[in-house]
Amino acid sequence: MALRTEPFVVNIGPAHPSTHGVFRMRATLDGEVIVDMEPVFGYLHRGIEKLAEERTYTGVIPLTDRLDYLASMSNNLAYVLAVEKLAEIAVPGRAEYLRVIMAELQRIASHLIAVGAFLNDCGAFMTPILYMIREREKILDLFEMASGQRLTYNYMRVGGVSQDVPEEFIPALGKFVKVMPGFIDEYDQLLAENEILLARAKGVGILPKELAINISASGPVLRASGVKWDIRKVDPYSIYDRFEFDIPTGTVGDCYDRYRVRIQEMRQSVRILKQALEQLPPGEVRSDVPHLLRPPVGEVYGHIEAPKGELGFYLVSDNSIAPYRLHIRAPSLINLTALRDMIVGWKVADAIIIFGSIDICMGEVDR
Amino acid sequence: MAMPVLPPDWPGGFWAHWGVFVVIIFVFVMAMVMGFIWFERRAMAIMQARLGPNRAGPFGVLQPVADAIKVLLKEDIIPAAGDKLVHWLAPVVAFVPVLMIFAVVPFQGGAILADLNIGILYVVAISSVTTVGIFMAGWASNNKYSLLGAMRQVASVVSYEIPVVLSIIGVVLLAGSLSLSQIVLAQDIPFILLQPLGFLLFFIGGCAEINRAPFDLMEADSEIVAGFHTEYSGMKFALFYLAEYGEALAISAIVTTLFLSGWRGPVLPPWLWFLLKVGLVFFVIVWIRTTVPRVRIDQLMALAWKFLFPLALINLIITAIEILAWPAASSWVIVLVNIAIMVVLVLLWSKFFRLGGGRVEV
Repeated sequence: MALRTEPFVVNIGPAHPSTHGVFRMRATLDGEVIVDMEPVFGYLHRGIEKLAEERTYTGVIPLTDRLDYLASMSNNLAYVLAVEKLAEIAVPGRAEYLRVIMAELQRIASHLIAVGAFLNDCGAFMTPILYMIREREKILDLFEMASGQRLTYNYMRVGGVSQDVPEEFIPALGKFVKVMPGFIDEYDQLLAENEILLARAKGVGILPKELAINISASGPVLRASGVKWDIRKVDPYSIYDRFEFDIPTGTVGDCYDRYRVRIQEMRQSVRILKQALEQLPPGEVRSDVPHLLRPPVGEVYGHIEAPKGELGFYLVSDNSIAPYRLHIRAPSLINLTALRDMIVGWKVADAIIIFGSIDICMGEVDR
Repeated sequence: MAMPVLPPDWPGGFWAHWGVFVVIIFVFVMAMVMGFIWFERRAMAIMQARLGPNRAGPFGVLQPVADAIKVLLKEDIIPAAGDKLVHWLAPVVAFVPVLMIFAVVPFQGGAILADLNIGILYVVAISSVTTVGIFMAGWASNNKYSLLGAMRQVASVVSYEIPVVLSIIGVVLLAGSLSLSQIVLAQDIPFILLQPLGFLLFFIGGCAEINRAPFDLMEADSEIVAGFHTEYSGMKFALFYLAEYGEALAISAIVTTLFLSGWRGPVLPPWLWFLLKVGLVFFVIVWIRTTVPRVRIDQLMALAWKFLFPLALINLIITAIEILAWPAASSWVIVLVNIAIMVVLVLLWSKFFRLGGGRVEV
């Protein structure tokens, strides 16, 4: 008797422990091997781009918090930079430094979750992610001091930041900057040379350089493929031209490289934080901007290097108090387009870690 | 030191012996499993910079009791398209063999339900039956994740039985008996020293067989949700849960008996020595679970067939040669020789051995 086999379809998600939100992979399996995969998303669509058209320019800031909720500060920054570019508003020096400090802290916090979740997907049961959440808590404490919130900060304003940081913030940040390199080394030693992790992540889910550029990937995903591209260097915004830092890149573009690049980027962020802390000037933190801002008619695209990649805000103004159109270039969504090419041919277990190594946030993918 | 040895039919008569021991073993295994669940959760919590269960009772020791009450009160859900009879039977088939393993485990001299002269063979045979229960669960659930998990379990057990049994044979050669209490009595030097390679292979293979990390593929929660017990709730789920920890307890007890000289030890009473050693082995298993990532299914197979299997064969041959060639050699010399052989072999083998394959062209 000849046995007949046939591929079967598994819906990985939308409710699955490793899809980092409500993402669905409609995977066709031949045994354990994935022969085809179709990403399905949109479960978290809230219409943020449309909602923004009904709000004042300041009122959109809380909406941006809800995009990539693991990196609200970066979203705030990207949006206010776009508005400032549109309305040509100058920002006081202290506010610029505070913004950079917040953005870099946010990058560390986001990468901690990314690396922790990646290792958790690899099956290192909860230990790495809990270690990383332990340090992320300290960053959240700092954010709480500055903004009063721990998740959706709503801290940046057009023309500065909402308020100056309290007295205890600077010493607390100094302490954090001092201890953080030690903790990053700890994470590094935890699993970096682990034989099982090497076997699982090395050479798995390779994103070739050409493909990465063609799909316009950005952030650690692009840099892990060996492209030295960082908006902070190639199109410096805010005051990033005043700091010294390197752009870590990978060589192959596999899951392991993406993991390594994130660890290295945390070190660079600490380096930027150190410099920012030394240079932080006193003074105003907010320039005089009318509450009901009416930017001149026109359109603008402002982008920053968010933790997950190039976060861009495209704004069209018709000289009213609300944006005529807001479009968000979400790095998670665009990085996700490479998923099928990376996954097909690998096994179910690999699919999970390849997906984890892209580091997406569904709030940003679905908007 | 003279060991207190109970008469083989204590407390008198076949049926009395049988009845008393069945009750003792059942209560003991249940209590130990609950203790171990608590122990694992607390130990893992401490390793992971958190507290763990600490509300129910002092230090949260009653947490497993609270959990047990919770699962008993939960609704029992059977998938509409599932096979109802098999779905109902699977947890039983998975759990009962775990209890049966303890029938031949000597808790101290004479404290054993049935001192079978083929004890270790019985353990190997019975422990594989759990796999059938797990496969039944995966099949009856009519769930793709469950089926994947069940297939993984069958594949891993088929691969791991062989190196595990081969590494046990080394111990049997040294002890000259298949009976577990005879094996313990033969260990004037714990066999972990005389059979270091055998211990390593048995421990790795044992972890794979009971599906503890890093080989917990069949219920890899980050990949296939909960594997074979995705569709189980209530008491049926609790039975799987108990079976999992019961197996961990069983493998700890077998490792203790085969390699750590069972109940034997100075000063403390024998049963306490036994429990301490079992606890130590279990702690190592928990420690590994919190530390390392999970391997992939093909890597698991590669490890079994390319690493454990040849090394187990070599270990068996070396042991046989040693017993034949130097029957009178000092044990301590053999200990040193064997440890050296283990280090050389493991280092050498890991040089030309690759874990698993890469991308498949589709």
